[in-house]
Amino acid sequence: MSALLEVRALTKRFGGVTAVDGCTFEVSAGSITALIGPNGSGKTTVFNMVTGYLRPDAGAVSFDGRRASRPDPARFYRAGLSRTFQQPRVFRELTLVENLAVAANRPWWALLGRDVPPTDRRRAEEVLADFRLGDLMGNKARELSFGQQKLLEFAAVLMGRPKLVLLDEPTAGVNPVMVETMEQHIRDLHRQGITFLVVEHEMNLVMRLCDPVIVLDHGAKLAEGRPAEVQRDPLVLDAYLGT
Amino acid sequence: MNRLSAAGLARGGVVMCALVAFPFVFSQHWVLNMAFFVLMYAGLAQAWNLLGGYSGYISLGHVAFFGLGAYSEAILFSHIGIGSRGFLPLLVLPAIGIAVALTSVPVAWVALRTRHMTFAIVTLTLLFVVQQLAFNLRGLTHGSQGVSVPSPTFSLYERPFYLALLAIFALATLVTWHVRRDRLGLMLFAIRDDEDKARGVGVRATEAKVFTFAVSVGMTAMIGAVWAYYIGYVYPQFAIDPLVMIGSLLPVFLGGAGTVWGPVLGAFILVPAQQWLAYRYGASELYLIAYAAVFLAIILLLPRGILPSIADMVARRRDGRTTPRLPVGSAREEIAS
Ligand SMILES: Nc1ncnc2c1ncn2[C@@H]1O[C@H](COP(=O)(O)OP(=O)(O)OP(=O)(O)O)[C@@H](O)[C@H]1O
Ligand SMILES: [Mg+2]
Repeated sequence: MSALLEVRALTKRFGGVTAVDGCTFEVSAGSITALIGPNGSGKTTVFNMVTGYLRPDAGAVSFDGRRASRPDPARFYRAGLSRTFQQPRVFRELTLVENLAVAANRPWWALLGRDVPPTDRRRAEEVLADFRLGDLMGNKARELSFGQQKLLEFAAVLMGRPKLVLLDEPTAGVNPVMVETMEQHIRDLHRQGITFLVVEHEMNLVMRLCDPVIVLDHGAKLAEGRPAEVQRDPLVLDAYLGT
Repeated sequence: MNRLSAAGLARGGVVMCALVAFPFVFSQHWVLNMAFFVLMYAGLAQAWNLLGGYSGYISLGHVAFFGLGAYSEAILFSHIGIGSRGFLPLLVLPAIGIAVALTSVPVAWVALRTRHMTFAIVTLTLLFVVQQLAFNLRGLTHGSQGVSVPSPTFSLYERPFYLALLAIFALATLVTWHVRRDRLGLMLFAIRDDEDKARGVGVRATEAKVFTFAVSVGMTAMIGAVWAYYIGYVYPQFAIDPLVMIGSLLPVFLGGAGTVWGPVLGAFILVPAQQWLAYRYGASELYLIAYAAVFLAIILLLPRGILPSIADMVARRRDGRTTPRLPVGSAREEIAS
């Protein structure tokens, strides 16, 4: 399998804290790769640099064989690299359909075209129905529960027909029923050819869903491998139990 | 977002017809003068709303472009003459609007890299920069002496000015209304909610903001140009006046920022009130206190403006009568962690 995403010696400091410290890993096309690690180990910061929200202090990211020159989330998204946030971020004053429509890839000259063209509406309605949000289609996003907002955010990035989706703790703070829904969506979309990089604290989920698993500690890669191997690795156990 | 509805079109059409008929029905100078300023502020508010209301970028510098339009008009026609019937200065308005819009692009591009308070301050700085330029580029502006424009001899002096403003106002309203239904409007609303997230789903935020800024200040400049011709002279302190700035954003917040008719409603309430106060209590600056009071009242009683508050009230009543609210669990319930 070829690498869809390559992260090389990525480093980010915040004042005295080195949040990410020479982090290197790859995400193979067609995989569901997990990125795990204790709280504060730098997972979200890696996401932020990979998706263009933060400029790395050092290191490089290449996606789909191309090295990212300047960090620009919009351009990365249009190239097929999208993400969700640990705290769901949706457009609160827009309806669900509009939340999806705005995430559709459109050329700049579509600026003065319809806000939700029929093709986007149809696709948005399909995706929302898949995510069991169809009944709430016309509601504003702020009326959704926390878990529903996470689903909506996930659903919205699919409008850009991504190659790689980065999910930052997709099931944290979500009720058990919705965790199952989320897992099912990831599996379905994976089957349709989307690659995933998932940050997740819920270990049972990681073990059933992801392969390989990358472990981050203090901003650097600590271990990598099949879920079962990683689970047995003494270094990983140490990092999690805190020494 | 609003769909094109027959009722909406009809409502807009009726309002427009009434506004066109107005200067043919009324011919007292004081009435037309007041109508001129009502339309002027309605147009300024509408133009400001396009950027401020839709994208949430609060500009305090729009009046710099009002001044730019006013000076362009005055300087141009103090040199080339207004033509035999005096309509030439009104015919060049679109050119002035487009020129100022294009000029504003680099400024917008820089200013719009900042957000929130910083953007407000940066644009406010623009106001003072342009005012200082007007004072100091004496060769062009004659400094504090100002520039005067020849007066036309219209049969009813105010009418052509009023109609020119009405055309700009109609344009501004049409643009505002159209953008609301465009992808641009969707992008601006997304930017207002969460600009970083918007970029993360591919929204070309810079392009959308700069374009909207340019259109907004282009229309503002056209209004400035009409004003200059109407008044007949421009001085730095009146053409670039913070009070004009306040006068063009207060109606937006009173009527409802980000709505199509809110700013118009706001101007139709505030400007006559201000003129009445000025008339009743002399030309004192008493209306400034009234403005401050209005501002406080908006913040305390109608933080979202008149139209959104009414819409909420109607929606609540309708909800109460028909089905109970949709079964969406509260956000807290689900945060188990
Ligand atoms: N914007 C910021 N400014 C300062 N420090 C930051 C910033 N963002 C992250 N950090 C710090 O960098 C480190 C890594 O944080 P990060 O959020 O990437 O961890 P994480 O692995 O996502 O943790 P969690 O599992 O709790 O989400 C932490 O020590 C955090 O306090
Ligand atoms: Mg995190």
